[in-house]
Amino acid sequence: MREYILTLTEPGQLLSGVSFGLASLLVMVASCAAVLGVIALNGMFLVWWERKVSAHMQARLGPMTTGYWHGWLQSIADGIKLLLKETIVPLLVDKPLFMLAPVVIFGSAFMAFVPIPWGEHLIVADLNIGVLYITAITSLSVIGVVMAGWASNNKWSLYGGMRSAAQIVSYEIPVGLAMVPALMASGTLSMQGIVESQAGGFWHWNLFAGGPFTLIAFVVFFIASLAEVNRAPFDLPEAESELVSGFHTEYSGMCFAFFFLAEYSEMFVVSAIASVLYLGGWQCPLGLSLIPGPLLFLAKILFLVFIQLWFRWTFPRLRVDQLMHLAWKVLTPIGFVNVFGAALWLVLI
Amino acid sequence: MSLESGAHTVIWYCFAFLTAGSAAYVVLTRNIVRAAFALVATFIGVATQYLFLQADFLAAAQVLIYAGGITVLLLFGVMLTHRVQGMEMRLEPVKAVPGVLVALGFLVAIGAAISRADWHLVTPVDSSGTTALVGEAIMTHHLLPFEEISVLLLVVLVGALFIARPGHSQSAGEDE
Repeated sequence: MREYILTLTEPGQLLSGVSFGLASLLVMVASCAAVLGVIALNGMFLVWWERKVSAHMQARLGPMTTGYWHGWLQSIADGIKLLLKETIVPLLVDKPLFMLAPVVIFGSAFMAFVPIPWGEHLIVADLNIGVLYITAITSLSVIGVVMAGWASNNKWSLYGGMRSAAQIVSYEIPVGLAMVPALMASGTLSMQGIVESQAGGFWHWNLFAGGPFTLIAFVVFFIASLAEVNRAPFDLPEAESELVSGFHTEYSGMCFAFFFLAEYSEMFVVSAIASVLYLGGWQCPLGLSLIPGPLLFLAKILFLVFIQLWFRWTFPRLRVDQLMHLAWKVLTPIGFVNVFGAALWLVLI
Repeated sequence: MSLESGAHTVIWYCFAFLTAGSAAYVVLTRNIVRAAFALVATFIGVATQYLFLQADFLAAAQVLIYAGGITVLLLFGVMLTHRVQGMEMRLEPVKAVPGVLVALGFLVAIGAAISRADWHLVTPVDSSGTTALVGEAIMTHHLLPFEEISVLLLVVLVGALFIARPGHSQSAGEDE
Protein backbone atom coordinates (compact mmCIF):
# COMPACT_ATOMS: atom_id res chain seq x y z
CA MET A 1 0.00 0.00 0.00
CA ARG A 2 2.72 2.44 1.06
CA GLU A 3 4.81 1.71 -2.04
CA TYR A 4 1.75 2.07 -4.26
CA ILE A 5 0.90 5.48 -2.79
CA LEU A 6 4.53 6.57 -3.13
CA THR A 7 4.58 5.62 -6.82
CA LEU A 8 1.35 7.58 -7.33
CA THR A 9 2.93 10.75 -5.92
CA GLU A 10 5.96 10.53 -8.20
CA PRO A 11 6.27 13.15 -10.98
CA GLY A 12 4.14 12.40 -14.01
CA GLN A 13 1.80 10.13 -12.09
CA LEU A 14 -1.85 10.75 -11.19
CA LEU A 15 -1.16 12.48 -7.86
CA SER A 16 2.20 14.11 -8.64
CA GLY A 17 3.11 16.87 -6.23
CA VAL A 18 0.58 15.80 -3.60
CA SER A 19 1.96 15.16 -0.11
CA PHE A 20 2.09 11.57 1.10
CA GLY A 21 -0.51 12.08 3.85
CA LEU A 22 -3.07 13.64 1.52
CA ALA A 23 -2.38 11.02 -1.15
CA SER A 24 -2.98 8.16 1.29
CA LEU A 25 -6.21 9.81 2.44
CA LEU A 26 -7.35 10.11 -1.18
CA VAL A 27 -6.44 6.50 -1.91
CA MET A 28 -8.33 5.34 1.20
CA VAL A 29 -11.46 7.32 0.27
CA ALA A 30 -11.29 5.99 -3.29
CA SER A 31 -10.90 2.40 -2.02
CA CYS A 32 -13.90 2.76 0.30
CA ALA A 33 -15.96 4.24 -2.53
CA ALA A 34 -14.96 1.36 -4.81
CA VAL A 35 -15.94 -1.24 -2.20
CA LEU A 36 -19.28 0.51 -1.58
CA GLY A 37 -19.88 0.57 -5.32
CA VAL A 38 -19.17 -3.15 -5.62
CA ILE A 39 -21.50 -3.91 -2.68
CA ALA A 40 -24.34 -1.82 -4.07
CA LEU A 41 -24.03 -3.15 -7.63
CA ASN A 42 -23.66 -6.70 -6.35
CA GLY A 43 -26.74 -6.34 -4.15
CA MET A 44 -28.86 -4.97 -6.97
CA PHE A 45 -27.67 -7.60 -9.41
CA LEU A 46 -28.05 -10.55 -7.03
CA VAL A 47 -31.57 -9.57 -5.95
CA TRP A 48 -32.64 -9.47 -9.58
CA TRP A 49 -30.74 -12.66 -10.40
CA GLU A 50 -32.20 -14.53 -7.44
CA ARG A 51 -35.69 -13.55 -8.48
CA LYS A 52 -35.07 -14.65 -12.07
CA VAL A 53 -33.38 -17.92 -11.06
CA SER A 54 -36.10 -18.80 -8.56
CA ALA A 55 -38.78 -17.94 -11.10
CA HIS A 56 -37.28 -20.12 -13.81
CA MET A 57 -36.76 -23.00 -11.39
CA GLN A 58 -40.46 -22.81 -10.58
CA ALA A 59 -41.52 -22.44 -14.24
CA ARG A 60 -42.40 -18.76 -13.81
CA LEU A 61 -40.92 -15.70 -15.50
CA GLY A 62 -40.13 -13.38 -12.58
CA PRO A 63 -39.89 -9.60 -13.08
CA MET A 64 -40.39 -8.84 -16.79
CA THR A 65 -41.71 -5.28 -17.11
CA THR A 66 -39.36 -2.72 -15.55
CA GLY A 67 -36.66 -1.75 -18.04
CA TYR A 68 -38.22 -3.79 -20.92
CA TRP A 69 -35.49 -6.47 -21.11
CA HIS A 70 -36.32 -9.16 -18.53
CA GLY A 71 -37.05 -6.55 -15.86
CA TRP A 72 -33.39 -5.63 -15.43
CA LEU A 73 -34.27 -2.29 -13.81
CA GLN A 74 -36.45 -3.90 -11.15
CA SER A 75 -33.77 -3.74 -8.44
CA ILE A 76 -33.13 -0.06 -9.07
CA ALA A 77 -36.86 0.65 -8.80
CA ASP A 78 -36.97 -1.37 -5.56
CA GLY A 79 -33.91 0.46 -4.26
CA ILE A 80 -35.49 3.88 -4.88
CA LYS A 81 -38.68 2.69 -3.20
CA LEU A 82 -36.73 1.51 -0.11
CA LEU A 83 -34.84 4.81 0.05
CA LEU A 84 -38.08 6.78 0.05
CA LYS A 85 -39.89 4.57 2.57
CA GLU A 86 -40.27 5.72 6.14
CA THR A 87 -38.12 3.93 8.70
CA ILE A 88 -40.64 2.87 11.31
CA VAL A 89 -39.26 2.49 14.83
CA PRO A 90 -41.76 0.62 17.02
CA LEU A 91 -42.52 2.14 20.42
CA LEU A 92 -41.09 -0.49 22.74
CA VAL A 93 -37.82 -1.29 20.96
CA ASP A 94 -34.44 -0.65 22.52
CA LYS A 95 -33.87 2.31 20.21
CA PRO A 96 -30.05 2.76 20.24
CA LEU A 97 -29.44 -0.95 19.71
CA PHE A 98 -32.28 -1.10 17.14
CA MET A 99 -30.61 1.57 15.04
CA LEU A 100 -27.09 0.22 15.56
CA ALA A 101 -27.81 -3.36 14.46
CA PRO A 102 -28.02 -2.73 10.65
CA VAL A 103 -24.83 -0.65 10.91
CA VAL A 104 -22.95 -3.51 12.62
CA ILE A 105 -24.12 -6.11 10.10
CA PHE A 106 -23.40 -3.91 7.10
CA GLY A 107 -20.06 -2.79 8.58
CA SER A 108 -18.83 -6.35 8.97
CA ALA A 109 -19.91 -7.20 5.42
CA PHE A 110 -18.17 -4.05 4.15
CA MET A 111 -14.89 -4.66 5.97
CA ALA A 112 -14.69 -8.25 4.71
CA PHE A 113 -14.06 -6.86 1.18
CA VAL A 114 -10.74 -5.29 2.16
CA PRO A 115 -8.29 -8.20 1.60
CA ILE A 116 -10.01 -9.76 -1.44
CA PRO A 117 -7.58 -9.88 -4.38
CA TRP A 118 -9.26 -8.95 -7.67
CA GLY A 119 -6.18 -9.12 -9.85
CA GLU A 120 -2.43 -9.12 -9.72
CA HIS A 121 -2.26 -5.56 -8.36
CA LEU A 122 -5.94 -4.98 -7.73
CA ILE A 123 -6.50 -5.30 -3.98
CA VAL A 124 -7.52 -2.78 -1.33
CA ALA A 125 -5.00 -4.03 1.23
CA ASP A 126 -3.00 -7.25 1.03
CA LEU A 127 -2.97 -8.14 4.72
CA ASN A 128 -0.48 -10.64 6.08
CA ILE A 129 -3.29 -12.22 8.05
CA GLY A 130 -5.85 -11.95 5.22
CA VAL A 131 -7.77 -15.18 5.80
CA LEU A 132 -7.73 -14.79 9.57
CA TYR A 133 -8.93 -11.19 9.19
CA ILE A 134 -11.89 -12.23 7.06
CA THR A 135 -12.85 -14.98 9.52
CA ALA A 136 -12.65 -12.51 12.41
CA ILE A 137 -14.61 -9.75 10.66
CA THR A 138 -17.37 -12.00 9.35
CA SER A 139 -17.80 -13.47 12.83
CA LEU A 140 -18.88 -9.98 13.94
CA SER A 141 -22.01 -10.03 11.78
CA VAL A 142 -23.65 -12.35 14.32
CA ILE A 143 -23.37 -9.56 16.89
CA GLY A 144 -25.56 -7.42 14.64
CA VAL A 145 -28.07 -10.23 14.15
CA VAL A 146 -28.34 -10.86 17.90
CA MET A 147 -28.58 -7.10 18.47
CA ALA A 148 -31.44 -6.76 15.98
CA GLY A 149 -33.21 -9.78 17.46
CA TRP A 150 -32.93 -8.45 20.98
CA ALA A 151 -33.66 -4.79 20.32
CA SER A 152 -36.83 -5.52 18.30
CA ASN A 153 -38.63 -6.59 21.49
CA ASN A 154 -40.46 -9.28 19.53
CA LYS A 155 -40.31 -12.93 20.44
CA TRP A 156 -39.92 -14.15 16.87
CA SER A 157 -37.06 -11.75 16.35
CA LEU A 158 -35.46 -12.90 19.59
CA TYR A 159 -35.74 -16.55 18.53
CA GLY A 160 -34.23 -15.62 15.17
CA GLY A 161 -31.34 -13.84 16.84
CA MET A 162 -30.67 -16.72 19.20
CA ARG A 163 -30.85 -19.33 16.47
CA SER A 164 -28.39 -17.26 14.50
CA ALA A 165 -26.00 -17.00 17.45
CA ALA A 166 -26.01 -20.75 18.00
CA GLN A 167 -25.72 -21.47 14.29
CA ILE A 168 -22.88 -19.12 13.46
CA VAL A 169 -20.80 -20.00 16.52
CA SER A 170 -21.18 -23.69 15.66
CA TYR A 171 -20.45 -23.40 11.96
CA GLU A 172 -17.39 -21.24 12.46
CA ILE A 173 -15.55 -24.40 13.47
CA PRO A 174 -16.12 -26.46 10.28
CA VAL A 175 -15.47 -23.31 8.20
CA GLY A 176 -12.16 -22.75 9.96
CA LEU A 177 -11.16 -26.40 9.67
CA ALA A 178 -12.06 -26.49 5.98
CA MET A 179 -9.81 -23.49 5.34
CA VAL A 180 -6.76 -25.17 6.86
CA PRO A 181 -5.93 -27.63 4.00
CA ALA A 182 -5.80 -24.76 1.48
CA LEU A 183 -3.64 -22.70 3.83
CA MET A 184 -1.26 -25.64 4.29
CA ALA A 185 -1.02 -26.14 0.54
CA SER A 186 -0.30 -22.45 -0.07
CA GLY A 187 1.81 -21.83 3.01
CA THR A 188 0.52 -18.31 3.64
CA LEU A 189 -2.42 -16.46 5.17
CA SER A 190 -2.28 -13.57 2.69
CA MET A 191 -5.13 -13.77 0.19
CA GLN A 192 -2.92 -12.50 -2.63
CA GLY A 193 -0.20 -15.01 -1.67
CA ILE A 194 -2.72 -17.87 -1.78
CA VAL A 195 -3.80 -16.91 -5.29
CA GLU A 196 -0.20 -16.53 -6.47
CA SER A 197 0.68 -20.00 -5.17
CA GLN A 198 -1.94 -21.50 -7.50
CA ALA A 199 -0.57 -20.12 -10.77
CA GLY A 200 -0.45 -22.13 -13.99
CA GLY A 201 -3.65 -24.00 -14.76
CA PHE A 202 -6.41 -25.66 -12.79
CA TRP A 203 -4.28 -28.71 -11.92
CA HIS A 204 -2.25 -26.37 -9.70
CA TRP A 205 -5.31 -25.22 -7.79
CA ASN A 206 -5.54 -25.99 -4.09
CA LEU A 207 -8.65 -27.99 -4.94
CA PHE A 208 -6.38 -30.78 -6.18
CA ALA A 209 -3.31 -30.07 -4.03
CA GLY A 210 -4.14 -32.52 -1.27
CA GLY A 211 -5.69 -35.40 -3.23
CA PRO A 212 -9.21 -36.23 -2.04
CA PHE A 213 -8.80 -34.25 1.17
CA THR A 214 -8.77 -30.77 -0.34
CA LEU A 215 -11.73 -31.70 -2.55
CA ILE A 216 -13.72 -32.70 0.52
CA ALA A 217 -12.50 -29.61 2.37
CA PHE A 218 -13.86 -27.42 -0.44
CA VAL A 219 -17.28 -29.09 -0.19
CA VAL A 220 -17.28 -28.80 3.61
CA PHE A 221 -16.30 -25.14 3.33
CA PHE A 222 -19.08 -24.45 0.87
CA ILE A 223 -21.77 -26.16 2.98
CA ALA A 224 -20.64 -24.59 6.25
CA SER A 225 -20.29 -21.13 4.71
CA LEU A 226 -23.92 -21.35 3.57
CA ALA A 227 -24.83 -21.70 7.23
CA GLU A 228 -22.50 -18.83 8.16
CA VAL A 229 -24.36 -16.45 5.87
CA ASN A 230 -27.84 -17.70 6.85
CA ARG A 231 -28.68 -18.98 3.39
CA ALA A 232 -31.14 -21.78 2.72
CA PRO A 233 -31.17 -24.64 3.64
CA PHE A 234 -29.72 -23.06 6.79
CA ASP A 235 -31.90 -19.93 6.91
CA LEU A 236 -33.42 -20.77 10.29
CA PRO A 237 -32.74 -17.32 11.79
CA GLU A 238 -35.12 -15.72 9.32
CA ALA A 239 -37.40 -18.63 8.38
CA GLU A 240 -40.32 -16.67 6.87
CA SER A 241 -42.92 -19.34 7.51
CA GLU A 242 -42.22 -19.93 11.20
CA LEU A 243 -40.46 -16.82 12.53
CA VAL A 244 -42.03 -14.20 10.23
CA SER A 245 -38.55 -13.29 8.90
CA GLY A 246 -36.90 -13.58 12.30
CA PHE A 247 -34.43 -10.94 13.33
CA HIS A 248 -35.48 -8.29 10.79
CA THR A 249 -39.28 -8.52 11.21
CA GLU A 250 -39.55 -5.06 12.76
CA TYR A 251 -37.28 -3.27 10.30
CA SER A 252 -38.52 -1.20 7.38
CA GLY A 253 -37.18 1.17 4.75
CA MET A 254 -33.44 1.65 4.50
CA CYS A 255 -32.66 -0.28 7.70
CA PHE A 256 -34.29 -3.32 6.13
CA ALA A 257 -32.40 -2.69 2.91
CA PHE A 258 -29.12 -2.71 4.81
CA PHE A 259 -29.84 -6.23 6.08
CA PHE A 260 -30.41 -7.39 2.55
CA LEU A 261 -27.38 -5.61 1.12
CA ALA A 262 -25.31 -7.25 3.86
CA GLU A 263 -26.76 -10.69 3.16
CA TYR A 264 -26.04 -10.50 -0.55
CA SER A 265 -22.56 -9.11 -0.06
CA GLU A 266 -21.82 -11.88 2.46
CA MET A 267 -22.87 -14.45 -0.15
CA PHE A 268 -20.49 -12.75 -2.54
CA VAL A 269 -17.67 -12.66 0.03
CA VAL A 270 -17.88 -16.34 0.98
CA SER A 271 -17.89 -17.26 -2.70
CA ALA A 272 -14.86 -15.03 -3.19
CA ILE A 273 -13.06 -16.71 -0.27
CA ALA A 274 -13.91 -20.16 -1.62
CA SER A 275 -12.56 -19.28 -5.05
CA VAL A 276 -9.41 -17.70 -3.59
CA LEU A 277 -8.73 -20.66 -1.30
CA TYR A 278 -9.53 -23.52 -3.67
CA LEU A 279 -10.26 -22.28 -7.21
CA GLY A 280 -7.22 -20.16 -7.88
CA GLY A 281 -8.79 -16.69 -7.46
CA TRP A 282 -8.03 -14.59 -10.53
CA GLN A 283 -5.79 -17.25 -12.14
CA CYS A 284 -6.86 -18.65 -15.50
CA PRO A 285 -7.98 -22.32 -15.39
CA LEU A 286 -5.79 -23.12 -18.42
CA GLY A 287 -2.75 -21.12 -17.31
CA LEU A 288 -3.20 -18.58 -20.13
CA SER A 289 -3.44 -14.83 -19.72
CA LEU A 290 -5.96 -14.02 -22.47
CA ILE A 291 -8.87 -13.11 -20.21
CA PRO A 292 -8.28 -10.42 -17.55
CA GLY A 293 -7.96 -11.80 -14.03
CA PRO A 294 -10.78 -9.76 -12.45
CA LEU A 295 -13.26 -11.14 -15.00
CA LEU A 296 -12.19 -14.72 -14.31
CA PHE A 297 -12.46 -14.11 -10.59
CA LEU A 298 -15.94 -12.62 -11.02
CA ALA A 299 -16.99 -15.61 -13.14
CA LYS A 300 -15.84 -18.06 -10.45
CA ILE A 301 -17.63 -16.07 -7.73
CA LEU A 302 -20.86 -15.84 -9.71
CA PHE A 303 -20.71 -19.57 -10.44
CA LEU A 304 -20.56 -20.30 -6.68
CA VAL A 305 -23.30 -17.73 -6.00
CA PHE A 306 -25.45 -19.46 -8.61
CA ILE A 307 -25.01 -22.76 -6.74
CA GLN A 308 -26.12 -20.96 -3.56
CA LEU A 309 -29.27 -19.74 -5.33
CA TRP A 310 -29.83 -23.19 -6.77
CA PHE A 311 -29.59 -24.71 -3.25
CA ARG A 312 -32.04 -22.21 -1.86
CA TRP A 313 -34.74 -23.13 -4.34
CA THR A 314 -34.04 -26.87 -4.18
CA PHE A 315 -33.51 -27.98 -0.58
CA PRO A 316 -36.03 -27.69 2.26
CA ARG A 317 -34.94 -25.96 5.45
CA LEU A 318 -33.27 -28.05 8.17
CA ARG A 319 -34.67 -28.37 11.69
CA VAL A 320 -32.65 -26.83 14.53
CA ASP A 321 -31.52 -30.21 15.88
CA GLN A 322 -30.58 -31.43 12.37
CA LEU A 323 -28.58 -28.24 11.92
CA MET A 324 -26.58 -28.82 15.10
CA HIS A 325 -26.18 -32.51 14.30
CA LEU A 326 -24.74 -31.63 10.89
CA ALA A 327 -22.31 -29.07 12.34
CA TRP A 328 -20.97 -31.00 15.30
CA LYS A 329 -21.31 -34.66 14.38
CA VAL A 330 -20.78 -34.60 10.62
CA LEU A 331 -18.88 -31.55 9.36
CA THR A 332 -16.54 -31.02 12.33
CA PRO A 333 -15.20 -34.63 12.43
CA ILE A 334 -14.83 -34.60 8.63
CA GLY A 335 -12.96 -31.31 8.99
CA PHE A 336 -10.52 -32.77 11.52
CA VAL A 337 -9.86 -35.90 9.43
CA ASN A 338 -9.37 -33.66 6.41
CA VAL A 339 -6.77 -31.49 8.10
CA PHE A 340 -4.84 -34.58 9.18
CA GLY A 341 -5.18 -36.31 5.81
CA ALA A 342 -4.24 -33.23 3.80
CA ALA A 343 -1.18 -32.68 6.01
CA LEU A 344 -0.05 -36.29 5.45
CA TRP A 345 -0.71 -36.01 1.70
CA LEU A 346 1.25 -32.77 1.40
CA VAL A 347 4.20 -34.16 3.34
CA LEU A 348 4.36 -37.62 1.77
CA ILE A 349 3.24 -37.07 -1.84
CA MET B 1 5.15 16.13 13.77
CA SER B 2 4.28 15.13 10.22
CA LEU B 3 0.75 14.81 8.95
CA GLU B 4 1.04 11.02 8.94
CA SER B 5 2.13 10.61 12.54
CA GLY B 6 -0.38 13.29 13.57
CA ALA B 7 -3.20 11.31 11.98
CA HIS B 8 -1.81 8.20 13.63
CA THR B 9 -2.05 9.85 17.04
CA VAL B 10 -5.58 11.15 16.43
CA ILE B 11 -6.74 7.69 15.35
CA TRP B 12 -5.04 6.16 18.38
CA TYR B 13 -6.90 8.51 20.72
CA CYS B 14 -10.21 7.74 18.99
CA PHE B 15 -9.75 4.02 19.55
CA ALA B 16 -8.42 4.50 23.07
CA PHE B 17 -11.52 6.53 23.88
CA LEU B 18 -13.73 3.82 22.35
CA THR B 19 -12.00 1.13 24.44
CA ALA B 20 -12.07 2.99 27.75
CA GLY B 21 -15.51 4.50 27.19
CA SER B 22 -17.19 1.22 26.33
CA ALA B 23 -15.42 -0.50 29.23
CA ALA B 24 -16.76 2.18 31.59
CA TYR B 25 -20.23 1.69 30.10
CA VAL B 26 -20.02 -2.08 30.75
CA VAL B 27 -19.40 -1.36 34.43
CA LEU B 28 -21.81 1.54 34.90
CA THR B 29 -24.93 0.53 32.96
CA ARG B 30 -27.82 -1.27 34.65
CA ASN B 31 -28.93 -2.97 31.44
CA ILE B 32 -27.12 -6.30 31.22
CA VAL B 33 -27.70 -6.81 27.49
CA ARG B 34 -26.35 -3.39 26.63
CA ALA B 35 -23.39 -4.13 28.90
CA ALA B 36 -22.68 -7.29 26.89
CA PHE B 37 -22.85 -5.37 23.60
CA ALA B 38 -20.57 -2.67 25.00
CA LEU B 39 -18.15 -5.43 25.95
CA VAL B 40 -17.91 -6.29 22.22
CA ALA B 41 -16.80 -2.71 21.56
CA THR B 42 -14.22 -3.00 24.33
CA PHE B 43 -12.80 -6.21 22.86
CA ILE B 44 -12.59 -4.63 19.41
CA GLY B 45 -10.91 -1.58 20.96
CA VAL B 46 -8.32 -3.81 22.61
CA ALA B 47 -7.76 -5.51 19.25
CA THR B 48 -7.06 -2.13 17.64
CA GLN B 49 -4.51 -1.42 20.39
CA TYR B 50 -2.80 -4.68 19.42
CA LEU B 51 -2.79 -3.45 15.82
CA PHE B 52 -1.08 -0.23 16.88
CA LEU B 53 1.57 -2.42 18.53
CA GLN B 54 1.97 -4.36 15.23
CA ALA B 55 0.65 -7.57 16.78
CA ASP B 56 -1.61 -8.37 13.84
CA PHE B 57 -2.14 -12.06 14.64
CA LEU B 58 -3.13 -11.26 18.21
CA ALA B 59 -5.58 -8.59 17.02
CA ALA B 60 -7.34 -11.00 14.64
CA ALA B 61 -7.43 -13.74 17.28
CA GLN B 62 -8.84 -11.25 19.79
CA VAL B 63 -11.71 -10.26 17.48
CA LEU B 64 -12.37 -13.85 16.40
CA ILE B 65 -12.39 -15.41 19.87
CA TYR B 66 -13.53 -12.67 22.22
CA ALA B 67 -15.75 -10.39 20.13
CA GLY B 68 -17.16 -13.01 17.76
CA GLY B 69 -17.21 -16.05 20.04
CA ILE B 70 -17.25 -15.48 23.76
CA THR B 71 -19.54 -12.44 23.89
CA VAL B 72 -21.99 -14.20 21.58
CA LEU B 73 -22.18 -17.09 24.05
CA LEU B 74 -22.51 -14.55 26.86
CA LEU B 75 -25.42 -12.84 25.08
CA PHE B 76 -26.94 -16.21 24.35
CA GLY B 77 -26.90 -17.08 28.05
CA VAL B 78 -28.28 -13.69 29.10
CA MET B 79 -31.12 -13.85 26.59
CA LEU B 80 -32.06 -17.41 27.52
CA THR B 81 -32.44 -16.48 31.19
CA HIS B 82 -33.80 -12.99 30.63
CA ARG B 83 -36.57 -13.17 28.08
CA VAL B 84 -37.12 -16.86 27.37
CA GLN B 85 -37.32 -18.03 30.99
CA GLY B 86 -38.83 -14.73 32.15
CA MET B 87 -36.20 -14.10 34.78
CA GLU B 88 -35.40 -10.46 35.44
CA MET B 89 -31.69 -9.80 35.31
CA ARG B 90 -30.46 -6.40 36.31
CA LEU B 91 -27.08 -5.11 37.32
CA GLU B 92 -27.38 -3.57 40.77
CA PRO B 93 -24.49 -2.00 42.62
CA VAL B 94 -23.71 -4.41 45.45
CA LYS B 95 -21.32 -3.17 48.13
CA ALA B 96 -20.46 0.02 46.25
CA VAL B 97 -18.00 1.44 48.79
CA PRO B 98 -15.71 -1.62 49.08
CA GLY B 99 -15.90 -2.02 45.31
CA VAL B 100 -14.75 1.54 44.67
CA LEU B 101 -11.98 1.11 47.26
CA VAL B 102 -10.71 -2.07 45.58
CA ALA B 103 -10.82 -0.37 42.18
CA LEU B 104 -8.91 2.66 43.47
CA GLY B 105 -6.32 0.41 45.13
CA PHE B 106 -5.86 -1.48 41.88
CA LEU B 107 -5.50 1.81 39.99
CA VAL B 108 -2.79 2.96 42.41
CA ALA B 109 -0.95 -0.36 42.13
CA ILE B 110 -1.08 -0.32 38.32
CA GLY B 111 -0.09 3.36 38.23
CA ALA B 112 2.88 2.69 40.49
CA ALA B 113 3.97 -0.24 38.34
CA ILE B 114 3.69 1.85 35.16
CA SER B 115 5.58 4.83 36.59
CA ARG B 116 8.40 2.66 37.95
CA ALA B 117 8.87 0.47 34.91
CA ASP B 118 11.88 1.10 32.70
CA TRP B 119 10.28 1.87 29.35
CA HIS B 120 12.29 1.44 26.16
CA LEU B 121 11.19 3.46 23.20
CA VAL B 122 11.50 1.39 20.05
CA THR B 123 11.03 2.75 16.56
CA PRO B 124 8.36 0.86 14.65
CA VAL B 125 9.76 -1.47 12.03
CA ASP B 126 7.93 -2.53 8.89
CA SER B 127 7.38 -6.08 10.03
CA SER B 128 6.10 -8.73 7.68
CA GLY B 129 3.55 -9.96 10.20
CA THR B 130 3.84 -11.89 13.40
CA THR B 131 1.79 -14.95 12.47
CA ALA B 132 4.74 -17.09 11.38
CA LEU B 133 6.77 -16.07 14.44
CA VAL B 134 3.91 -16.89 16.81
CA GLY B 135 3.35 -20.23 15.07
CA GLU B 136 6.99 -21.22 15.26
CA ALA B 137 7.26 -20.21 18.91
CA ILE B 138 4.19 -22.25 19.83
CA MET B 139 5.29 -25.30 17.86
CA THR B 140 8.89 -25.35 19.14
CA HIS B 141 9.75 -23.48 22.30
CA HIS B 142 6.31 -23.45 23.96
CA LEU B 143 5.03 -26.80 22.71
CA LEU B 144 4.38 -28.27 26.18
CA PRO B 145 2.20 -25.41 27.48
CA PHE B 146 0.36 -25.39 24.15
CA GLU B 147 -0.43 -29.10 24.44
CA GLU B 148 -1.37 -28.67 28.09
CA ILE B 149 -3.92 -26.02 27.15
CA SER B 150 -5.41 -28.37 24.58
CA VAL B 151 -5.77 -31.09 27.24
CA LEU B 152 -7.36 -28.55 29.59
CA LEU B 153 -9.85 -27.48 26.94
CA LEU B 154 -10.68 -31.13 26.21
CA VAL B 155 -11.40 -31.67 29.92
CA VAL B 156 -13.65 -28.60 29.92
CA LEU B 157 -15.53 -29.89 26.85
CA VAL B 158 -16.07 -33.32 28.37
CA GLY B 159 -17.18 -31.73 31.65
CA ALA B 160 -19.65 -29.45 29.87
CA LEU B 161 -21.08 -32.42 27.97
CA PHE B 162 -21.38 -34.38 31.21
CA ILE B 163 -23.37 -31.58 32.84
CA ALA B 164 -25.54 -30.96 29.79
CA ARG B 165 -26.25 -34.58 28.84
CA PRO B 166 -29.91 -35.64 28.74
CA GLY B 167 -31.20 -37.08 32.02
CA HIS B 168 -28.61 -35.39 34.16
CA SER B 169 -30.85 -32.52 35.24
CA GLN B 170 -33.69 -34.91 36.09
CA SER B 171 -31.56 -36.84 38.55
CA ALA B 172 -30.25 -33.60 40.07
CA GLY B 173 -33.52 -31.73 40.55
CA GLU B 174 -37.06 -33.12 40.82
CA ASP B 175 -38.81 -30.08 39.38
CA GLU B 176 -37.78 -30.84 35.78
